[in-house]
Amino acid sequence: MPCRWPGLRDTACLAVDADLFANELPAHRAYLLRVARLSLRDADLAEDVVQETLVAALAGRDRFSGRSSVRTWLTGILKHKIIDAIRQKQRRPIVAADFAEEADLEAFDPLFTDNGAWEAPPADWGDPENALARHEFMEVLTRCLERLPPTTARVFMMREIHELESDEICKELTITANNLWVILYRARMALRHCLEQNWFAATPRR
Amino acid sequence: MMLLHRLTHLVSCKEATRLLSRREERRLRAAERAKLALHLGVCDACSRFARQLAFMRAALRRYRT
Repeated sequence: MPCRWPGLRDTACLAVDADLFANELPAHRAYLLRVARLSLRDADLAEDVVQETLVAALAGRDRFSGRSSVRTWLTGILKHKIIDAIRQKQRRPIVAADFAEEADLEAFDPLFTDNGAWEAPPADWGDPENALARHEFMEVLTRCLERLPPTTARVFMMREIHELESDEICKELTITANNLWVILYRARMALRHCLEQNWFAATPRR
Repeated sequence: MMLLHRLTHLVSCKEATRLLSRREERRLRAAERAKLALHLGVCDACSRFARQLAFMRAALRRYRT
């Protein structure tokens, strides 16, 4: 790869690149911490995995190819650190008493009538894509994710943010495919409702 | 027409939303796909819900960029 810094020889070029990389890491710290907190629901543990991620990124910066953004690369490292942390924490299967309630699909569902019709049909969201560019929308999204029950949130983050496949999550968390579907369904319904209440209905068409 | 009417009512909105969520995790079976398509063909609320699911997925992907 040619040097990005005109006039510098190869060795000097590498040194400058490395410094810039190291300087860039702290700027991503807040973002990594937010993702880690949402994924783990444990502030201290989240600090630990972000610290480990930054250390690992510095140690392995030669392996950063430049094909993706630094943030995407860091998120990839963070994902593995988060899974390791969940594995260590999760010595017992999570399908225990604390989890049964979140995975019960036959429980009364206030979103639907006895006949399975919507109690309150989804509102018109207009052109929701416009919201994606807005910082405030991403904040509402974060707050809605924070409101999910802890186990639901962990599973949902693994699936939607870290993009693990369903069978990988089942294996990591020792849950059945059916448990997983129920949890993800509940998470999607809750998130949809929260976004509608706090963004799309609160300020239509903004 | 009667048959079509009856088929669309085989699936409730509650069931349709579950199929839509499950579709993100695995390929639906042919019978499930048929039931869902029939329901979405006549149900505006669930069609809207389907678009909202797709939007939420895109929004969550934004977290990574």
